[in-house]
Amino acid sequence: MPKNPNIKKVVVIGSGPIVIGQAAEFDYAGTQACRSLKEEGLCVVLINSNPATIMTDKDIADKVYIEPLTVDVVKAIIEKEKPDSLLPTLGGQAALNIAMELDESGFLREHDVLLIGTSSTTIKKAEDRLEFKKTMEKIHEPVAPSEVVTTVQGGLNFVKKIGYPVVLRPAYTLGGSGGGIANNEEEFKEILMNGLRLSRVGQVLVERCIAGWKEIEYEVMRDGNGTCITVCNMENLDPVGVHTGDSIVVAPSQTLGDKEYQMLRSSALNIISELNIKGGCNVQFALNPNSFEYCVIEVNPRVSRSSALASKATGYPIAKVSAKIALGYNLDEIKNAITKKTYASFEPALDYVVVKIPRLPFDKFIAADHDLTTQMKATGEVMSICTNFEGALMKALRSLEQHVDSLWSSRYKDMTDEEVIKLLGHVDDRRIYVIAEAIRRGISYDQIYDITKIDRWFIDKIHNLVKAERKIIESKGDISKDLMKEIKRVEFPDKVIARLTGKTEKEIRQMRYDYGVTAHFKMVDTCAAEFDAMTPYYYSCFDSLENEVAEDNSRKKVMVLGSGPIRIGQGIEFDYCSVHSTWAFERKGYETIIVNNNPETVSTDFDIANKLYFEPLTAEDVEAIVNLEHPDGAVVQFGGQTAIKLTEALMEMGVPILGTSAENVDAAEDRELFDEILEKCCIPRPAGKTVFTREQALEAANELGYPVLVRPSYVLGGQGMQIAISDKDIIEFMDIINRHTQEHPILVDKYIMGKEVEVDAVCDGEDILIPGIMEHVERAGIHSGDSISVYPAQTLSPKVKRVIADYTKKLANSLHVIGLINIQFIAYNEEVYVIEVNPRSSRTVPYISKVTGIPIVDLATRVITGEKIKDMGYTPGLQPESEYFAIKKPVFSFEKIRGAEISLGPEMKSTGECLGISKNYNEALYKAFLGAGISLPKTKKMILTVKDSDKMDAISIGKRFAALGYEIYSTRSTCRVLNENGVPAKLINKVEEPSPNLLDLILSHEIDLIIDTPSQGVDRSKDGFIIRRHAVETGVTCLTSLDTADALLTSLETADTTKLSLVDISEI
Amino acid sequence: MKAFLILEDGHVFEGKSIGSTDEIISEIVFNTSMTGYLEILTDPSYAGQSVCMTYPLIGNYGICREDMEAGRPWQSGFIVRELCKTPSNFRSEMTINEFLVENNITGIEGIDTRTLTKILRKDGTMRGMITTDENYDFDECMKRIKAWKMGHVVLDVTCKEKMFYPGDGYKVAVIDLGVKKNIVKSLLSRGCQVTVYPAETPAEEIIADAPDGIMLTNGPGDPKECKVTIAQVKKLFDTDIPIFAICLGHQLMALANGGDTEKMKYGHRGANHPVRDMKTGKVYISTQNHGYMVKEDSLDRKIAEVSFVNVNDGTVEGVHYLGKNAQTVQFHPEACAGPLDTDSLFDTFMNMMEVSK
Repeated sequence: MPKNPNIKKVVVIGSGPIVIGQAAEFDYAGTQACRSLKEEGLCVVLINSNPATIMTDKDIADKVYIEPLTVDVVKAIIEKEKPDSLLPTLGGQAALNIAMELDESGFLREHDVLLIGTSSTTIKKAEDRLEFKKTMEKIHEPVAPSEVVTTVQGGLNFVKKIGYPVVLRPAYTLGGSGGGIANNEEEFKEILMNGLRLSRVGQVLVERCIAGWKEIEYEVMRDGNGTCITVCNMENLDPVGVHTGDSIVVAPSQTLGDKEYQMLRSSALNIISELNIKGGCNVQFALNPNSFEYCVIEVNPRVSRSSALASKATGYPIAKVSAKIALGYNLDEIKNAITKKTYASFEPALDYVVVKIPRLPFDKFIAADHDLTTQMKATGEVMSICTNFEGALMKALRSLEQHVDSLWSSRYKDMTDEEVIKLLGHVDDRRIYVIAEAIRRGISYDQIYDITKIDRWFIDKIHNLVKAERKIIESKGDISKDLMKEIKRVEFPDKVIARLTGKTEKEIRQMRYDYGVTAHFKMVDTCAAEFDAMTPYYYSCFDSLENEVAEDNSRKKVMVLGSGPIRIGQGIEFDYCSVHSTWAFERKGYETIIVNNNPETVSTDFDIANKLYFEPLTAEDVEAIVNLEHPDGAVVQFGGQTAIKLTEALMEMGVPILGTSAENVDAAEDRELFDEILEKCCIPRPAGKTVFTREQALEAANELGYPVLVRPSYVLGGQGMQIAISDKDIIEFMDIINRHTQEHPILVDKYIMGKEVEVDAVCDGEDILIPGIMEHVERAGIHSGDSISVYPAQTLSPKVKRVIADYTKKLANSLHVIGLINIQFIAYNEEVYVIEVNPRSSRTVPYISKVTGIPIVDLATRVITGEKIKDMGYTPGLQPESEYFAIKKPVFSFEKIRGAEISLGPEMKSTGECLGISKNYNEALYKAFLGAGISLPKTKKMILTVKDSDKMDAISIGKRFAALGYEIYSTRSTCRVLNENGVPAKLINKVEEPSPNLLDLILSHEIDLIIDTPSQGVDRSKDGFIIRRHAVETGVTCLTSLDTADALLTSLETADTTKLSLVDISEI
Repeated sequence: MKAFLILEDGHVFEGKSIGSTDEIISEIVFNTSMTGYLEILTDPSYAGQSVCMTYPLIGNYGICREDMEAGRPWQSGFIVRELCKTPSNFRSEMTINEFLVENNITGIEGIDTRTLTKILRKDGTMRGMITTDENYDFDECMKRIKAWKMGHVVLDVTCKEKMFYPGDGYKVAVIDLGVKKNIVKSLLSRGCQVTVYPAETPAEEIIADAPDGIMLTNGPGDPKECKVTIAQVKKLFDTDIPIFAICLGHQLMALANGGDTEKMKYGHRGANHPVRDMKTGKVYISTQNHGYMVKEDSLDRKIAEVSFVNVNDGTVEGVHYLGKNAQTVQFHPEACAGPLDTDSLFDTFMNMMEVSK
């Protein structure tokens, strides 16, 4: 059927802030789908609260609302825009839930809005546990014995029938929030209570535990005519029990015979036919490894993280095709954009192996629980492609950027065999290294399998890598050509070969070149070479002598280095910058080449750059591409620290760095060089020193006087950054930092508690353009990425603003910046100090671009190609302030990571952000909180406990909450201070005191809000930690800074929350 | 041991020997299925051919004899990038290499199968030799390769005498042109009693057994080699007994009714081929394995109507014979390896027999 002519204006709902379980994959899917809708001549109205996304650009949709994703806001936008259709399946669970509420309440019918793509009946059948089970029973598709329970007692009754262990899955939550496996009554009750709270409908599915079975996923598509196809199937290396988002996943499945493959494929198609899916859908199965018995685990009737992975793994654009199906097209009417010959109604055939490894945030939450469960914890992922599994695994491991480039880990060296065997039973992110260690020690496949239930096929492949490792060591550097071919075939990096043989990396590389053992590039063509394909989507391998890359030397070539996996501190913003820079280069007539390894992103979509290399971002991998492409230049300033780290290597390869030169990037990071520049410009900075050892650090700290800020250089997101108030702290921090060998010095700075201010600017070598000054709500000491950021700055005097603009220009000029620069200042008593300069793009670039309407990345790219700010229609300097207030609020995923400390500090912890925008400051603030999921007031009861140094400030906070009608509970000392100052507060017992105490109050679900400011330093109170964790786990908003509390109060006191204004940012 | 694949266009691939070390000459084709290597190895339609598997890891789940599509593998040679030495599956009985050795099938691994596939795609299916002789004389090899002809391979693979499988349903005569086990299984599972006849059994003998339906199977080689069978098919067609034909059978039906077939450049071999049902417009994913096809413009529109079309290249995938109880398909509804989407065509066949009773 051709396109439905009645569809003219479509609302697309995005997925909101990046949180664990709902990340960049929805920006990728949404962007691809919106472009595909626009290609059909439709008017696209986009709603997404996340300003860092590409989909919220005005060139992606016609109307763009970066507004909180609540039912009321979406209703208001529909009333204003009067669309005829709503496409709910592109924005993850968040969008699906809103669409369901709008449909169920009859709102869509009243406003003549058609839900296109998959219908609400279908969504309900797939998402509602009970309906789903009924549907599966009807078509004889097996599900694990299960029951939907709504009460703890109901759950206990059911478990009596089926016995432990059981799996719990709350309905309508994302990333398996609140789910888990319970082995006994105590665990069961804990998980169930939590799950019931988190579920939108108060339902939790309790089912027979099939942990240890193979977990297999199918990505399937269906059109309105009933045609069904499978895009891809995937096998989890980790068996059922670990959330698929946290599993190592391989595509296609490796250990399934055709009988099993087709059995599950038929089942998946059977299910989507019965559910009447129109578009893409994900079906997850558990397969008994010892029989043909299988169970359907779940169905996601929408695009998902898995569909993004499947798209990148096969080249089949699931989101694009889903959007076309929603418009009425059938699969055999949609051209395969890759081959341009075949149609979307065929199943991709792979002639390579794809491996995905999750990026887990335990480097940020060292104390947190590393266990992998059915609750997803990964913030991002990497994907790799190779002609063999071993090679794909090796490529993926080094793509993670976690100081790992092989399966070798010194961590287990000194352990006994018993200890290693014991560790095998520990399901965490390090298990694959433990398996390798177990194999090294000759522990049998059967024993490893019995403990881990990881298929022997995978164990054997790990063994092959261990064998290769042994051969390298035994060669002592005398590597024959055949051995070189074999170890490069399985992707041992030169660096690892060098380390294992005592040679240098250069020697190994030379030896390799002399043998002619080099990487060759193959095309991802969806069809295993059956048809001639034109898609410039490539991966490398060592067991071929043929390059398939189309040669085109008609234009200048630029290589854009991407930012790798999404992690805390380096998120989707850098993908935004990479993509926009690529587009800008393309407009300037360059041939563009993207190198990246993140399957969730827009930058790795096949039609963003002229060529896409899906490769690890290491020097050796990039060099192979450089040797083939000979780019005229590379840009590193848009890909975060990942790209910056490659600067030196690129220069050694002879690739010119476009924009700010490498020496100047260095100058900003190198303490001494940078101090010289500051001195020359007469710009003050907090006093500081560079150190390497613990002793030097102690000396420096004592000389500067506590408190001091300690951090490694060359990191993003304040990784490893801490405020030390005593020698004890310094000792602890230095030990943590030095756990990994540091190539760069560690910085110790005097800590000044002023206003933190941030600026992004474009510099053309002479002039600068500052779109605006952003001010942080929280005082210095909380990482800029975790602070609420306000544009335009509210509390700075005109003089301070002038000084900031002046310093920015001076610094940009002294560092010879060509392109972007990000500077962080502290304003304290009308003095301005520089605390950090990054001659590259930053987290705030997308946000400030959107709210000022100044396309910074585009301008920076044009500047890099030689244009001048003056010639691009801008007056240099600080731009006039916008009439809108735009507030960026960080969003955290603490509830996903058990045991994580939630109090904020210099190390970044937020996973995403949302925007509040309005002509009214307080309303903007209110929207920002609302967008972050903080919707108050509810019960108007709160807990307020603060550290001693905050006691005075707490009085006014308390007063204002009391004035809003809040009932305040406080522990002894805070309560006394409040009462003595006329704030009515009720005394509540501390955690260790008898019940009823604080915890009882939190667990009673009667609390709106907890404000708990932790004392600084190592000596963190255990009490506070317990309070904050309970807050997170019971879903109570918990603030750990009085500045944040003050902002929240401001928003609550004055904003008219009943009728929010709406801002279409395409009109800014 | 080293092994070499020498193509008739002069390309030489060096790899490692797997299976037997016997030198073989055959047609070289590629198959894009990601699973089902055993079904493909044992599919008699590959007689006279060496199959290059485009999926790089072959043998992962070992060998399970019950999945074999015939009593033995029929391929001349087997070409893979990486053969799995340590398979893992609860049904696995042996490694694929052990199976190749046991059945004396020559193979080669460790070659760039993608490059080979691209050569075959660009220049078409060609002949080639697999040898382990490191001192092979290239010119001599080329001479022998070019002299090689596949010939009438159906006679190699068809059964030598009638075989009977009991059942209490329809009586189906299966003309074995190289039948895959799952065709017979698909009939048996629907209760049919099945008699399998050698390819050149006279039509009169089959008609005398009074079957309710006739099944023409898949098989190897050029359909035009099957002159004797084509003549029998014409006679069977004239009886009005319902006929269901697959693959080679479909081509023979077309030839028997005045149609023509031609060799395709590189054929369709894989488990992902979309075919459109011309009646409903619905597309099914099918398993295919053919190097020849029925020429659309050769069909007499008065008696033959195209029922299925390949979505990728528009070629004929099925024919419905007007006024006759006969349908033929180029693809494999019996799957194995591949998707089971068109399995219901066997049910259609059951209906055809029901109606004509």
